[in-house]
Amino acid sequence: MQALREEIPPSAAAGPAIVELRGVSKVYDGRVEALRAVDLAFPEGALTTLLGPSGCGKTTLLKIIAGLLEPSAGEVFVQGARVTGPGAERAFVFQDFALLPWATVLRNVAFGLELRGTARAAREETARHYIAQVGLSGFEDSYPHELSGGMRQRVGLARALAVDAHVLLMDEPFSAVDEQTRRKFQEDLLRLRELEKKTFIFVTHSIEEAVYVSDRIVLLSRRPGRVSQVVVPEIARDAAPDEIRRDPHYLDTVEEIWRGLRQYVE
Amino acid sequence: MKQTAGQPAGRTAPPPAPAAPAGGDRVLWWRLASVALFCGAWEVAGQIPINYAFPPFSHTLAAFFAMVADGSMGRAYLSTLQPLLLGVAISALLGVGLGVVMGLRRDVEWLAAPVFIVLQAAPVAALIPLITFIYGIGLTAKVLAVCIMALPVVVLNSYKAVRNVNPSLVAMCRSFQGTRLQVVLKVVVPDASPVIFAGLRLGVAAGFIGVVLAELLITPTGIGDLITYHRAVADYAEMYATIASIILFSALTLGLLQRLEVAVFRPERKAAA
Repeated sequence: MQALREEIPPSAAAGPAIVELRGVSKVYDGRVEALRAVDLAFPEGALTTLLGPSGCGKTTLLKIIAGLLEPSAGEVFVQGARVTGPGAERAFVFQDFALLPWATVLRNVAFGLELRGTARAAREETARHYIAQVGLSGFEDSYPHELSGGMRQRVGLARALAVDAHVLLMDEPFSAVDEQTRRKFQEDLLRLRELEKKTFIFVTHSIEEAVYVSDRIVLLSRRPGRVSQVVVPEIARDAAPDEIRRDPHYLDTVEEIWRGLRQYVE
Repeated sequence: MKQTAGQPAGRTAPPPAPAAPAGGDRVLWWRLASVALFCGAWEVAGQIPINYAFPPFSHTLAAFFAMVADGSMGRAYLSTLQPLLLGVAISALLGVGLGVVMGLRRDVEWLAAPVFIVLQAAPVAALIPLITFIYGIGLTAKVLAVCIMALPVVVLNSYKAVRNVNPSLVAMCRSFQGTRLQVVLKVVVPDASPVIFAGLRLGVAAGFIGVVLAELLITPTGIGDLITYHRAVADYAEMYATIASIILFSALTLGLLQRLEVAVFRPERKAAA
Protein backbone atom coordinates (compact mmCIF):
# COMPACT_ATOMS: atom_id res chain seq x y z
CA MET A 1 0.00 0.00 0.00
CA GLN A 2 2.95 2.30 0.47
CA ALA A 3 4.84 4.27 -2.09
CA LEU A 4 5.25 1.30 -4.40
CA ARG A 5 2.76 2.91 -6.65
CA GLU A 6 4.15 5.67 -8.80
CA GLU A 7 1.51 5.71 -11.43
CA ILE A 8 -2.14 5.31 -10.84
CA PRO A 9 -3.44 2.80 -13.36
CA PRO A 10 -4.76 4.51 -16.44
CA SER A 11 -8.19 5.91 -16.00
CA ALA A 12 -11.41 5.20 -17.83
CA ALA A 13 -10.90 4.49 -21.48
CA ALA A 14 -7.15 4.12 -21.33
CA GLY A 15 -5.53 0.69 -21.21
CA PRO A 16 -6.64 -2.23 -23.32
CA ALA A 17 -9.87 -3.86 -22.24
CA ILE A 18 -9.53 -7.36 -20.84
CA VAL A 19 -13.25 -7.89 -20.32
CA GLU A 20 -15.86 -6.49 -22.68
CA LEU A 21 -19.63 -6.59 -22.49
CA ARG A 22 -21.68 -5.94 -25.59
CA GLY A 23 -25.39 -5.37 -25.24
CA VAL A 24 -25.74 -7.71 -22.28
CA SER A 25 -29.32 -8.14 -21.08
CA LYS A 26 -30.77 -10.53 -18.57
CA VAL A 27 -34.40 -11.38 -18.03
CA TYR A 28 -35.28 -13.88 -15.30
CA ASP A 29 -38.17 -16.26 -16.03
CA GLY A 30 -39.31 -14.04 -18.88
CA ARG A 31 -40.58 -11.48 -16.38
CA VAL A 32 -37.99 -9.79 -14.20
CA GLU A 33 -35.71 -7.65 -16.29
CA ALA A 34 -32.44 -7.45 -14.36
CA LEU A 35 -30.15 -5.90 -16.96
CA ARG A 36 -30.84 -4.01 -20.17
CA ALA A 37 -28.28 -3.67 -22.95
CA VAL A 38 -25.17 -3.10 -20.90
CA ASP A 39 -22.05 -2.11 -22.82
CA LEU A 40 -18.91 -1.97 -20.74
CA ALA A 41 -15.18 -2.43 -21.05
CA PHE A 42 -12.91 -3.28 -18.13
CA PRO A 43 -9.33 -2.11 -18.57
CA GLU A 44 -6.58 -4.59 -17.84
CA GLY A 45 -4.84 -4.22 -14.50
CA ALA A 46 -7.45 -1.88 -13.05
CA LEU A 47 -9.85 -2.37 -10.20
CA THR A 48 -13.31 -1.56 -11.47
CA THR A 49 -16.27 -1.44 -9.13
CA LEU A 50 -19.87 -2.07 -10.03
CA LEU A 51 -21.90 0.08 -7.69
CA GLY A 52 -25.62 0.53 -7.42
CA PRO A 53 -28.71 0.18 -5.28
CA SER A 54 -29.72 -3.31 -4.22
CA GLY A 55 -31.52 -5.18 -6.92
CA CYS A 56 -29.82 -3.27 -9.73
CA GLY A 57 -28.37 -6.42 -11.21
CA LYS A 58 -24.74 -5.88 -10.27
CA THR A 59 -24.30 -9.40 -8.96
CA THR A 60 -26.14 -10.74 -12.00
CA LEU A 61 -23.72 -8.85 -14.21
CA LEU A 62 -20.75 -10.28 -12.32
CA LYS A 63 -22.11 -13.82 -12.58
CA ILE A 64 -22.61 -13.35 -16.31
CA ILE A 65 -18.97 -12.30 -16.65
CA ALA A 66 -18.02 -15.34 -14.56
CA GLY A 67 -19.98 -17.58 -16.91
CA LEU A 68 -22.19 -18.79 -14.07
CA LEU A 69 -25.25 -17.20 -15.67
CA GLU A 70 -26.09 -16.92 -19.33
CA PRO A 71 -27.13 -13.52 -20.63
CA SER A 72 -30.54 -13.38 -22.30
CA ALA A 73 -28.98 -11.26 -25.02
CA GLY A 74 -25.58 -9.85 -25.79
CA GLU A 75 -22.07 -11.20 -25.47
CA VAL A 76 -19.16 -11.14 -23.07
CA PHE A 77 -15.57 -11.30 -24.22
CA VAL A 78 -12.61 -12.02 -21.98
CA GLN A 79 -9.20 -11.51 -23.58
CA GLY A 80 -10.96 -11.44 -26.93
CA ALA A 81 -12.64 -14.83 -26.50
CA ARG A 82 -16.39 -15.13 -26.16
CA VAL A 83 -17.53 -16.39 -22.76
CA THR A 84 -19.63 -19.54 -22.83
CA GLY A 85 -19.01 -20.69 -19.25
CA PRO A 86 -16.52 -20.43 -16.41
CA GLY A 87 -12.91 -20.21 -17.52
CA ALA A 88 -9.42 -20.55 -16.14
CA GLU A 89 -8.67 -16.86 -16.67
CA ARG A 90 -11.42 -15.81 -14.25
CA ALA A 91 -11.78 -16.57 -10.56
CA PHE A 92 -14.73 -15.76 -8.34
CA VAL A 93 -14.84 -14.62 -4.72
CA PHE A 94 -18.24 -15.29 -3.18
CA GLN A 95 -20.27 -13.08 -0.91
CA ASP A 96 -21.02 -16.01 1.43
CA PHE A 97 -17.44 -17.34 1.06
CA ALA A 98 -18.63 -20.69 -0.35
CA LEU A 99 -16.05 -22.71 1.56
CA LEU A 100 -16.34 -26.47 1.85
CA PRO A 101 -17.19 -26.95 5.54
CA TRP A 102 -15.70 -30.46 5.59
CA ALA A 103 -12.35 -29.38 4.15
CA THR A 104 -9.41 -27.73 5.89
CA VAL A 105 -8.24 -24.26 4.94
CA LEU A 106 -5.44 -25.88 2.96
CA ARG A 107 -7.77 -28.03 0.92
CA ASN A 108 -10.22 -25.19 0.41
CA VAL A 109 -7.52 -22.90 -0.94
CA ALA A 110 -6.18 -25.68 -3.15
CA PHE A 111 -9.66 -26.67 -4.32
CA GLY A 112 -9.51 -24.82 -7.65
CA LEU A 113 -6.25 -26.59 -8.45
CA GLU A 114 -7.62 -29.90 -7.19
CA LEU A 115 -10.44 -29.61 -9.72
CA ARG A 116 -7.88 -29.01 -12.44
CA GLY A 117 -6.03 -32.17 -11.51
CA THR A 118 -2.87 -30.51 -10.21
CA ALA A 119 -0.75 -32.97 -8.23
CA ARG A 120 -1.26 -32.83 -4.49
CA ALA A 121 2.23 -31.64 -3.53
CA ALA A 122 2.22 -28.88 -6.12
CA ARG A 123 -1.21 -27.57 -5.31
CA GLU A 124 -0.55 -27.60 -1.58
CA GLU A 125 2.64 -25.66 -2.07
CA THR A 126 0.77 -23.02 -4.06
CA ALA A 127 -2.01 -22.99 -1.49
CA ARG A 128 0.45 -22.45 1.37
CA HIS A 129 1.97 -19.53 -0.49
CA TYR A 130 -1.38 -17.79 -0.87
CA ILE A 131 -2.50 -18.65 2.65
CA ALA A 132 0.58 -16.76 3.83
CA GLN A 133 -0.16 -13.99 1.35
CA VAL A 134 -3.58 -13.32 2.89
CA GLY A 135 -2.16 -13.57 6.41
CA LEU A 136 -3.56 -16.92 7.47
CA SER A 137 -0.33 -18.85 8.07
CA GLY A 138 -0.78 -21.31 10.90
CA PHE A 139 -4.44 -21.93 10.05
CA GLU A 140 -3.79 -24.42 7.24
CA ASP A 141 -5.34 -27.30 9.14
CA SER A 142 -8.28 -25.40 10.60
CA TYR A 143 -11.80 -25.92 9.39
CA PRO A 144 -13.94 -22.99 8.20
CA HIS A 145 -16.26 -23.12 11.23
CA GLU A 146 -13.26 -22.43 13.44
CA LEU A 147 -12.53 -19.15 11.67
CA SER A 148 -14.12 -15.72 11.94
CA GLY A 149 -16.07 -14.26 9.03
CA GLY A 150 -13.16 -12.10 7.96
CA MET A 151 -10.76 -15.04 8.03
CA ARG A 152 -13.16 -17.15 6.00
CA GLN A 153 -13.26 -14.53 3.30
CA ARG A 154 -9.46 -14.48 3.28
CA VAL A 155 -9.64 -18.18 2.52
CA GLY A 156 -12.05 -17.41 -0.32
CA LEU A 157 -9.66 -14.79 -1.62
CA ALA A 158 -6.65 -17.11 -1.35
CA ARG A 159 -8.55 -19.78 -3.26
CA ALA A 160 -9.26 -17.34 -6.07
CA LEU A 161 -5.63 -16.18 -6.14
CA ALA A 162 -4.28 -19.73 -6.13
CA VAL A 163 -5.63 -20.57 -9.57
CA ASP A 164 -3.65 -17.63 -10.98
CA ALA A 165 -6.49 -16.16 -12.99
CA HIS A 166 -6.08 -12.84 -14.79
CA VAL A 167 -9.41 -11.48 -13.67
CA LEU A 168 -10.70 -11.66 -10.11
CA LEU A 169 -14.46 -11.28 -9.76
CA MET A 170 -15.50 -10.28 -6.27
CA ASP A 171 -19.15 -10.32 -5.30
CA GLU A 172 -19.62 -8.05 -2.27
CA PRO A 173 -16.77 -9.90 -0.62
CA PHE A 174 -16.72 -7.78 2.52
CA SER A 175 -20.43 -7.39 3.09
CA ALA A 176 -20.65 -10.31 5.50
CA VAL A 177 -17.85 -9.13 7.78
CA ASP A 178 -17.88 -6.45 10.44
CA GLU A 179 -16.87 -2.87 9.77
CA GLN A 180 -13.40 -2.99 11.37
CA THR A 181 -12.48 -6.16 9.54
CA ARG A 182 -13.86 -4.63 6.43
CA ARG A 183 -11.54 -1.62 6.58
CA LYS A 184 -8.53 -3.81 7.21
CA PHE A 185 -9.63 -5.92 4.32
CA GLN A 186 -9.87 -2.96 1.97
CA GLU A 187 -6.34 -1.96 2.85
CA ASP A 188 -5.14 -5.51 2.33
CA LEU A 189 -6.89 -5.64 -0.99
CA LEU A 190 -4.97 -2.57 -2.18
CA ARG A 191 -1.71 -4.17 -1.02
CA LEU A 192 -2.55 -7.42 -2.79
CA ARG A 193 -3.24 -5.52 -5.98
CA GLU A 194 0.31 -4.23 -5.95
CA LEU A 195 1.63 -7.71 -5.53
CA GLU A 196 -0.56 -9.61 -7.92
CA LYS A 197 -1.07 -7.21 -10.83
CA LYS A 198 -4.45 -8.61 -11.71
CA THR A 199 -7.63 -7.13 -13.03
CA PHE A 200 -10.30 -6.86 -10.38
CA ILE A 201 -14.02 -6.50 -10.90
CA PHE A 202 -15.62 -5.71 -7.63
CA VAL A 203 -19.28 -5.51 -6.68
CA THR A 204 -20.33 -3.49 -3.67
CA HIS A 205 -23.18 -1.41 -2.38
CA SER A 206 -20.91 0.72 -0.22
CA ILE A 207 -20.00 4.03 -1.82
CA GLU A 208 -17.08 4.62 0.55
CA GLU A 209 -15.67 1.20 -0.14
CA ALA A 210 -15.99 1.75 -3.89
CA VAL A 211 -14.22 5.10 -3.79
CA TYR A 212 -11.53 3.82 -1.46
CA VAL A 213 -10.46 0.79 -3.47
CA SER A 214 -11.39 1.55 -7.09
CA ASP A 215 -9.66 2.92 -10.13
CA ARG A 216 -12.98 3.14 -11.88
CA ILE A 217 -16.52 3.04 -10.57
CA VAL A 218 -19.42 2.03 -12.78
CA LEU A 219 -22.75 3.25 -11.43
CA LEU A 220 -25.71 1.12 -12.36
CA SER A 221 -29.26 2.37 -12.40
CA ARG A 222 -32.14 0.67 -10.65
CA ARG A 223 -33.72 -2.35 -12.32
CA PRO A 224 -33.48 -2.90 -15.16
CA GLY A 225 -29.79 -2.22 -14.58
CA ARG A 226 -28.04 0.03 -17.06
CA VAL A 227 -24.78 1.93 -16.89
CA SER A 228 -25.72 5.34 -15.63
CA GLN A 229 -22.29 6.86 -15.05
CA VAL A 230 -18.60 5.99 -14.87
CA VAL A 231 -16.62 7.77 -12.17
CA VAL A 232 -12.85 7.81 -11.95
CA PRO A 233 -11.76 8.75 -8.45
CA GLU A 234 -8.48 10.61 -8.79
CA ILE A 235 -7.08 9.74 -5.45
CA ALA A 236 -3.40 9.68 -4.61
CA ARG A 237 -3.05 6.21 -3.18
CA ASP A 238 0.45 6.63 -1.92
CA ALA A 239 -0.99 8.33 1.14
CA ALA A 240 -1.67 6.44 4.35
CA PRO A 241 -5.10 4.83 4.61
CA ASP A 242 -6.30 7.28 7.24
CA GLU A 243 -5.24 10.23 5.18
CA ILE A 244 -7.06 8.93 2.16
CA ARG A 245 -10.21 8.56 4.16
CA ARG A 246 -9.93 12.22 5.18
CA ASP A 247 -8.79 13.48 1.80
CA PRO A 248 -11.25 16.14 0.58
CA HIS A 249 -11.06 14.65 -2.88
CA TYR A 250 -12.12 11.27 -1.52
CA LEU A 251 -15.00 12.84 0.36
CA ASP A 252 -16.07 14.87 -2.67
CA THR A 253 -16.14 11.78 -4.83
CA VAL A 254 -18.26 9.94 -2.29
CA GLU A 255 -20.64 12.91 -2.27
CA GLU A 256 -20.75 13.11 -6.04
CA ILE A 257 -21.62 9.44 -6.33
CA TRP A 258 -24.27 9.74 -3.66
CA ARG A 259 -25.88 12.57 -5.63
CA GLY A 260 -25.85 10.36 -8.70
CA LEU A 261 -27.42 7.41 -6.93
CA ARG A 262 -29.86 9.32 -4.79
CA GLN A 263 -32.52 9.50 -7.49
CA TYR A 264 -32.72 5.70 -7.57
CA VAL A 265 -33.19 5.36 -3.88
CA GLU A 266 -36.02 7.81 -3.40
CA MET B 1 -47.38 -58.51 25.08
CA LYS B 2 -44.73 -57.94 22.49
CA GLN B 3 -45.74 -54.32 22.46
CA THR B 4 -45.43 -53.75 26.19
CA ALA B 5 -42.08 -55.47 26.18
CA GLY B 6 -40.79 -53.47 23.25
CA GLN B 7 -41.63 -50.07 24.56
CA PRO B 8 -39.82 -49.82 27.88
CA ALA B 9 -36.90 -51.79 26.52
CA GLY B 10 -36.67 -49.30 23.67
CA ARG B 11 -35.85 -46.62 26.17
CA THR B 12 -33.05 -48.57 27.77
CA ALA B 13 -31.22 -48.81 24.54
CA PRO B 14 -28.29 -46.45 24.93
CA PRO B 15 -29.30 -43.50 22.75
CA PRO B 16 -27.29 -43.80 19.54
CA ALA B 17 -24.60 -41.61 20.97
CA PRO B 18 -24.06 -38.40 19.05
CA ALA B 19 -20.30 -37.92 19.11
CA ALA B 20 -19.79 -37.08 22.76
CA PRO B 21 -19.24 -33.35 23.21
CA ALA B 22 -16.53 -31.91 25.42
CA GLY B 23 -17.03 -33.00 29.02
CA GLY B 24 -18.05 -36.39 27.63
CA ASP B 25 -17.12 -38.09 30.92
CA ARG B 26 -19.99 -36.54 32.78
CA VAL B 27 -22.41 -37.30 29.97
CA LEU B 28 -21.26 -40.90 30.06
CA TRP B 29 -21.94 -41.15 33.80
CA TRP B 30 -25.41 -39.72 33.39
CA ARG B 31 -26.13 -42.24 30.67
CA LEU B 32 -24.89 -45.14 32.76
CA ALA B 33 -26.98 -43.89 35.67
CA SER B 34 -30.05 -43.75 33.47
CA VAL B 35 -29.46 -47.31 32.26
CA ALA B 36 -28.94 -48.49 35.86
CA LEU B 37 -32.12 -46.75 36.95
CA PHE B 38 -34.09 -48.42 34.19
CA CYS B 39 -32.71 -51.89 34.95
CA GLY B 40 -33.43 -51.33 38.65
CA ALA B 41 -37.04 -50.34 37.93
CA TRP B 42 -37.41 -53.37 35.71
CA GLU B 43 -36.06 -55.61 38.47
CA VAL B 44 -38.44 -54.19 41.06
CA ALA B 45 -41.43 -54.41 38.70
CA GLY B 46 -40.52 -58.02 37.91
CA GLN B 47 -40.09 -58.95 41.57
CA ILE B 48 -43.49 -57.59 42.67
CA PRO B 49 -44.49 -58.98 40.03
CA ILE B 50 -46.74 -56.64 38.07
CA ASN B 51 -47.69 -59.55 35.82
CA TYR B 52 -46.89 -63.23 36.06
CA ALA B 53 -45.56 -63.05 32.50
CA PHE B 54 -43.17 -60.18 33.33
CA PRO B 55 -39.80 -61.52 34.45
CA PRO B 56 -37.40 -59.42 36.53
CA PHE B 57 -34.30 -58.00 34.90
CA SER B 58 -31.99 -60.50 36.62
CA HIS B 59 -33.89 -63.50 35.23
CA THR B 60 -33.91 -61.98 31.78
CA LEU B 61 -30.17 -61.38 31.92
CA ALA B 62 -29.58 -64.94 33.14
CA ALA B 63 -31.79 -66.28 30.33
CA PHE B 64 -29.80 -64.23 27.86
CA PHE B 65 -26.47 -65.72 28.95
CA ALA B 66 -27.97 -69.20 29.01
CA MET B 67 -29.17 -68.77 25.44
CA VAL B 68 -25.79 -67.44 24.35
CA ALA B 69 -24.15 -70.41 26.08
CA ASP B 70 -26.37 -73.07 24.51
CA GLY B 71 -25.88 -71.48 21.09
CA SER B 72 -29.55 -70.81 20.35
CA MET B 73 -29.04 -67.04 20.41
CA GLY B 74 -26.05 -67.22 18.06
CA ARG B 75 -27.88 -69.45 15.60
CA ALA B 76 -30.93 -67.19 15.66
CA TYR B 77 -28.84 -64.11 14.87
CA LEU B 78 -26.99 -65.88 12.09
CA SER B 79 -30.28 -66.70 10.46
CA THR B 80 -31.85 -63.27 11.03
CA LEU B 81 -28.80 -61.37 9.87
CA GLN B 82 -28.97 -62.95 6.45
CA PRO B 83 -32.16 -61.27 5.16
CA LEU B 84 -31.37 -58.18 7.25
CA LEU B 85 -27.92 -57.55 5.82
CA LEU B 86 -28.98 -58.38 2.29
CA GLY B 87 -32.05 -56.19 2.51
CA VAL B 88 -30.23 -53.27 4.14
CA ALA B 89 -27.34 -53.48 1.68
CA ILE B 90 -29.71 -53.50 -1.29
CA SER B 91 -31.77 -50.64 0.16
CA ALA B 92 -28.68 -48.58 0.96
CA LEU B 93 -27.03 -48.94 -2.43
CA LEU B 94 -30.18 -48.71 -4.49
CA GLY B 95 -31.79 -46.12 -2.24
CA VAL B 96 -28.87 -43.69 -2.06
CA GLY B 97 -28.14 -44.14 -5.78
CA LEU B 98 -31.72 -43.58 -6.82
CA GLY B 99 -32.24 -40.75 -4.34
CA VAL B 100 -29.14 -38.90 -5.54
CA VAL B 101 -30.16 -39.27 -9.18
CA MET B 102 -33.68 -38.09 -8.32
CA GLY B 103 -32.18 -35.05 -6.65
CA LEU B 104 -30.04 -34.27 -9.67
CA ARG B 105 -32.54 -34.91 -12.45
CA ARG B 106 -36.09 -33.62 -12.69
CA ASP B 107 -37.27 -36.35 -15.07
CA VAL B 108 -36.19 -39.14 -12.71
CA GLU B 109 -37.74 -37.24 -9.83
CA TRP B 110 -41.12 -37.09 -11.57
CA LEU B 111 -40.90 -40.74 -12.46
CA ALA B 112 -39.88 -42.14 -9.09
CA ALA B 113 -40.82 -39.70 -6.33
CA PRO B 114 -44.58 -40.45 -6.20
CA VAL B 115 -43.97 -44.20 -5.79
CA PHE B 116 -41.77 -43.69 -2.75
CA ILE B 117 -43.91 -40.99 -1.21
CA VAL B 118 -46.89 -43.35 -1.37
CA LEU B 119 -44.79 -46.24 -0.07
CA GLN B 120 -43.54 -44.18 2.84
CA ALA B 121 -47.05 -43.15 3.79
CA ALA B 122 -48.48 -46.66 3.41
CA PRO B 123 -48.52 -49.17 6.29
CA VAL B 124 -46.23 -51.47 4.35
CA ALA B 125 -46.57 -54.26 6.90
CA ALA B 126 -49.89 -54.85 5.20
CA LEU B 127 -47.97 -55.79 2.06
CA ILE B 128 -46.12 -58.64 3.74
CA PRO B 129 -48.89 -61.23 3.21
CA LEU B 130 -48.90 -60.15 -0.41
CA ILE B 131 -45.15 -60.75 -0.65
CA THR B 132 -45.61 -64.21 0.81
CA PHE B 133 -48.30 -64.88 -1.74
CA ILE B 134 -45.95 -64.02 -4.61
CA TYR B 135 -42.49 -65.00 -3.35
CA GLY B 136 -43.29 -67.76 -0.92
CA ILE B 137 -41.73 -68.14 2.49
CA GLY B 138 -38.04 -68.22 1.62
CA LEU B 139 -35.20 -65.76 1.89
CA THR B 140 -36.45 -63.65 -1.06
CA ALA B 141 -39.68 -62.78 0.70
CA LYS B 142 -37.83 -61.74 3.86
CA VAL B 143 -35.28 -59.65 1.99
CA LEU B 144 -38.16 -57.97 0.18
CA ALA B 145 -39.88 -57.26 3.47
CA VAL B 146 -36.74 -55.51 4.69
CA CYS B 147 -36.45 -53.57 1.43
CA ILE B 148 -40.00 -52.26 1.33
CA MET B 149 -39.57 -51.01 4.87
CA ALA B 150 -36.13 -49.47 4.39
CA LEU B 151 -36.04 -48.27 0.80
CA PRO B 152 -38.56 -45.38 0.82
CA VAL B 153 -36.98 -43.54 3.73
CA VAL B 154 -33.48 -43.96 2.29
CA VAL B 155 -34.55 -42.79 -1.17
CA LEU B 156 -36.55 -39.81 0.04
CA ASN B 157 -33.86 -38.61 2.43
CA SER B 158 -31.12 -38.86 -0.18
CA TYR B 159 -33.28 -37.06 -2.67
CA LYS B 160 -34.12 -34.22 -0.31
CA ALA B 161 -30.50 -34.01 0.81
CA VAL B 162 -29.31 -33.50 -2.76
CA ARG B 163 -32.10 -31.02 -3.47
CA ASN B 164 -31.02 -28.92 -0.49
CA VAL B 165 -27.32 -28.80 -1.24
CA ASN B 166 -25.91 -25.30 -0.77
CA PRO B 167 -26.26 -23.74 -4.26
CA SER B 168 -23.39 -21.41 -3.53
CA LEU B 169 -20.99 -24.35 -3.18
CA VAL B 170 -22.19 -25.75 -6.49
CA ALA B 171 -21.66 -22.36 -8.15
CA MET B 172 -18.21 -22.21 -6.58
CA CYS B 173 -17.27 -25.60 -7.96
CA ARG B 174 -18.56 -24.64 -11.40
CA SER B 175 -16.75 -21.31 -11.33
CA PHE B 176 -13.48 -23.17 -10.84
CA GLN B 177 -14.39 -25.23 -13.87
CA GLY B 178 -15.42 -28.35 -12.00
CA THR B 179 -16.97 -30.91 -14.32
CA ARG B 180 -20.47 -32.20 -13.67
CA LEU B 181 -18.97 -35.34 -12.13
CA GLN B 182 -16.64 -33.32 -9.90
CA VAL B 183 -19.55 -31.16 -8.75
CA VAL B 184 -21.48 -34.27 -7.76
CA LEU B 185 -18.61 -36.16 -6.12
CA LYS B 186 -16.71 -33.32 -4.46
CA VAL B 187 -19.55 -31.01 -3.46
CA VAL B 188 -23.05 -32.46 -3.76
CA VAL B 189 -22.49 -35.84 -2.10
CA PRO B 190 -20.34 -34.62 0.81
CA ASP B 191 -22.66 -31.68 1.45
CA ALA B 192 -25.69 -33.97 1.35
CA SER B 193 -24.06 -36.73 3.40
CA PRO B 194 -25.44 -35.77 6.85
CA VAL B 195 -29.02 -36.02 5.61
CA ILE B 196 -28.26 -39.09 3.49
CA PHE B 197 -26.81 -40.76 6.58
CA ALA B 198 -29.80 -39.73 8.67
CA GLY B 199 -31.90 -41.50 6.03
CA LEU B 200 -29.64 -44.55 6.18
CA ARG B 201 -29.98 -44.74 9.94
CA LEU B 202 -33.76 -44.54 9.65
CA GLY B 203 -33.57 -47.10 6.86
CA VAL B 204 -31.56 -49.53 8.98
CA ALA B 205 -34.03 -49.06 11.83
CA ALA B 206 -36.88 -49.74 9.43
CA GLY B 207 -34.96 -52.76 8.13
CA PHE B 208 -34.88 -54.21 11.65
CA ILE B 209 -38.64 -53.76 11.87
CA GLY B 210 -38.98 -55.38 8.47
CA VAL B 211 -36.95 -58.45 9.33
CA VAL B 212 -38.67 -59.03 12.67
CA LEU B 213 -42.08 -58.58 11.06
CA ALA B 214 -41.13 -61.01 8.32
CA GLU B 215 -39.92 -63.56 10.84
CA LEU B 216 -43.08 -63.22 12.89
CA LEU B 217 -45.52 -63.06 9.98
CA ILE B 218 -44.02 -65.18 7.19
CA THR B 219 -42.27 -68.14 8.79
CA PRO B 220 -40.70 -68.18 12.21
CA THR B 221 -36.94 -68.27 11.76
CA GLY B 222 -34.10 -66.70 13.71
CA ILE B 223 -35.12 -64.07 16.22
CA GLY B 224 -38.78 -64.31 15.24
CA ASP B 225 -38.66 -68.04 15.89
CA LEU B 226 -37.07 -67.56 19.33
CA ILE B 227 -39.71 -65.02 20.32
CA THR B 228 -42.60 -67.11 19.05
CA TYR B 229 -41.26 -70.35 20.55
CA HIS B 230 -40.50 -68.99 24.00
CA ARG B 231 -43.84 -67.23 24.15
CA ALA B 232 -45.59 -70.49 23.18
CA VAL B 233 -43.86 -72.47 25.95
CA ALA B 234 -44.19 -69.62 28.47
CA ASP B 235 -40.41 -69.06 28.91
CA TYR B 236 -40.98 -65.36 29.39
CA ALA B 237 -37.47 -64.57 30.54
CA GLU B 238 -36.07 -66.04 27.33
CA MET B 239 -38.61 -64.18 25.26
CA TYR B 240 -37.77 -60.87 26.90
CA ALA B 241 -34.05 -61.57 26.54
CA THR B 242 -34.50 -62.10 22.81
CA ILE B 243 -36.55 -58.95 22.36
CA ALA B 244 -34.17 -56.83 24.41
CA SER B 245 -31.18 -58.21 22.56
CA ILE B 246 -32.54 -57.29 19.13
CA ILE B 247 -33.39 -53.79 20.32
CA LEU B 248 -29.91 -53.32 21.77
CA PHE B 249 -28.35 -54.73 18.64
CA SER B 250 -30.34 -52.32 16.48
CA ALA B 251 -29.40 -49.33 18.64
CA LEU B 252 -25.71 -50.27 18.63
CA THR B 253 -25.74 -50.67 14.86
CA LEU B 254 -27.24 -47.20 14.45
CA GLY B 255 -24.67 -45.71 16.82
CA LEU B 256 -21.84 -47.30 14.86
CA LEU B 257 -23.27 -45.98 11.64
CA GLN B 258 -23.14 -42.46 13.01
CA ARG B 259 -19.50 -42.91 14.04
CA LEU B 260 -18.72 -44.14 10.56
CA GLU B 261 -20.33 -41.12 8.99
CA VAL B 262 -18.35 -38.66 11.06
CA ALA B 263 -15.13 -40.55 10.42
CA VAL B 264 -15.57 -40.85 6.67
CA PHE B 265 -17.38 -37.74 5.52
CA ARG B 266 -17.21 -35.12 8.18
CA PRO B 267 -13.69 -34.75 9.57
CA GLU B 268 -14.52 -31.25 10.82
CA ARG B 269 -17.11 -32.67 13.25
CA LYS B 270 -14.51 -35.00 14.67
CA ALA B 271 -12.15 -32.10 15.17
CA ALA B 272 -14.91 -30.14 16.86
CA ALA B 273 -15.93 -32.93 19.21
